[in-house]
Amino acid sequence: MIYNGEYETMSRDDIEQLQIERLQGTLNRVYRNVSFYKQAFEERGVSVEKIKSLSDLRELPFTTKEDLIRSYPYGMFAVPLRDIVRIHSSSGTTGKPIVVGYTQNDIRHWSELVARLLTAGGVTNQDFVQIALNYSLFTGGLAYHYGAEKIGSSVIPASVTGDIEKQIMIMRDYRTTALVSTPSYALTIANAVAELNLHPEELHLKYGLFSAEPWSEAVRSKIEEKLRIVATDNYGLSEIMGPGVSGECQEKNGLHVNEDHFIVEVIDPKTLAPRKTGEEGELVFTTITKEGFPLIRYRTGDIASLMEGTCPCGRTFVRMSRVTGRSDDMMLVNGVQVYPSQIEEALMKLGGNVPPYQVVLGRENETDTIEIMLPISGGGVLDEMKNLLQYRDRVRTAVGASVGMPVKITLVEPETLKRFESKSKVTDRR
Amino acid sequence: MLKIRNLESGYGSLKVIRGISLHINPGEIVTIIGANGSGKTTLLETVAGLVRPRGGEVLFDKKDMAGLAPEKIVARGCSLVPEGRQVFATLTVRDNLLMGAYTRASRKAAEEVREDLDNIYSLFPILNERKRQLAGTLSGGEQQMLAIGRSLMARPRLVMLDEPSMGLAPLIVKNIFGIIARLRAAGNTILLVEQNAKASLAIADRGYVMETGQIVLEGTARELLDNHDVQRAYLGKEYKSIGE
Repeated sequence: MIYNGEYETMSRDDIEQLQIERLQGTLNRVYRNVSFYKQAFEERGVSVEKIKSLSDLRELPFTTKEDLIRSYPYGMFAVPLRDIVRIHSSSGTTGKPIVVGYTQNDIRHWSELVARLLTAGGVTNQDFVQIALNYSLFTGGLAYHYGAEKIGSSVIPASVTGDIEKQIMIMRDYRTTALVSTPSYALTIANAVAELNLHPEELHLKYGLFSAEPWSEAVRSKIEEKLRIVATDNYGLSEIMGPGVSGECQEKNGLHVNEDHFIVEVIDPKTLAPRKTGEEGELVFTTITKEGFPLIRYRTGDIASLMEGTCPCGRTFVRMSRVTGRSDDMMLVNGVQVYPSQIEEALMKLGGNVPPYQVVLGRENETDTIEIMLPISGGGVLDEMKNLLQYRDRVRTAVGASVGMPVKITLVEPETLKRFESKSKVTDRR
Repeated sequence: MLKIRNLESGYGSLKVIRGISLHINPGEIVTIIGANGSGKTTLLETVAGLVRPRGGEVLFDKKDMAGLAPEKIVARGCSLVPEGRQVFATLTVRDNLLMGAYTRASRKAAEEVREDLDNIYSLFPILNERKRQLAGTLSGGEQQMLAIGRSLMARPRLVMLDEPSMGLAPLIVKNIFGIIARLRAAGNTILLVEQNAKASLAIADRGYVMETGQIVLEGTARELLDNHDVQRAYLGKEYKSIGE
């Protein structure tokens, strides 16, 4: 099923016409209404009139996360605040959060785009959709809620709860047919279903739509097997809109980017040069319908590639591969963004320098854990056990406060750290 | 049906149209709204060949017609109902209508033209009643009907209307817009330029907002009606009344 055939199956020629029209309109609006872009275009000597084709997009400056943080809270809004009907913000673990505003039309578009993803994932107006994502400043819960209502499904706004049994009870008794959550939460549910000795057939689940964190094909198979569902991957980020940017269809072979609303590029994160179709690089999005918070060439930090060829499902929108990593060292820990810089900042404040360290991400009871290994060198006050423990506790408090979640600190011999041969400071064992 | 890419035009050293891209699908009513002097009329005149484009493409059924002579553009199926009607005041209503078919001046076409004339008379009975009257003696609303009828005599597939509501009483405007909606129902595709955004968005499928020779917004009629900038600038809603 295709939610909006008129757009989702457009010819390439028509998509490009629509994209250039909407891009030019967006550029004219941001140049007139957002001082950041007026300045950025003028600094680069870019005239909006010179952007005549999609390849001219390369003339335009990038927008980075740092630009958005600097504009806190409303500096990037392109309409007066009285036109804004909704505000969301990113988790904001690195200093200030990013605040995103939506107009009435933005919400309408967003609902439609999520309705498209849900339809692509198998959901119809006959389904009971249990939304196990947070209804909060986080975009997830409300996005799927509006999208599922737009389709006409029966929406169960379950949100996220620590009480997994309750979540499963709702699922069983209300006859949920589609689950919307993060993949890790779905896995938690799947494991709990097994522990409760519930047979998957006692549930009525058919579909799962999972987003907000990268997940492997292995995790997909596990969830699909344990819950007996078709699990599809959805992609989005609050800066661009939230869920609704792209999503898999039943082919489970790439995520269709909603190209009538976003222009996607893939670049080399180091040289910023464009990458060819099929080559991995950093995803860059330009919004072409957003009124409240339009972004030009936003660098997502997410690594993926664009795919060749057409999809048997009939949608003509370009597909992106699943996100395989980050161009920076950002970690997603229980859905919260954590950067090594946050850890380093705390260590710096404590000791005046940043010792070599290694972050190990693990999983216990289906919850992400974050462990930081620090070397202890011989001599000095740290020889005494009492001092050592005090030091460890101080580090734990400081780093924990900086990243916004409990961390485990393990003091190790400097030799131990050398075993981590990878260049990255982060080892992911999840 | 129509795809315009990066169209530029103007008068002398004055650049009026500064890189316009837009499209119209078959059977659609698309409206262009914008303030006085935003370049709406120049845009239509450029598409119709009355003003020479300085750049860009005007693809009509995938063939570029930018820079063609006006009569060639009419012959391809794209006709203009100009701002202020521009009827031939000293000719009769009937002769005005026949002028609209001047690109079809072959013996073979004569029979078809007579048929079309009858169709126009049934679409606008008032023109039939006054077919022998001089066009200059018609009221504003009747002249507007005559101008629309004249454009239809070229058997266009795309009808472009420039400010059809201009200078007409509200009741007559309603009448004219009803006719435009009927034209679409009869299979025509329509590009409607209007200052009366409320009336044009009420019958349009999609619209573009034009400011100083550029497009700043594209969307469905519903979306444009809900856009606060459009409400403030073109629908005459004061800030206080927005959302009421």
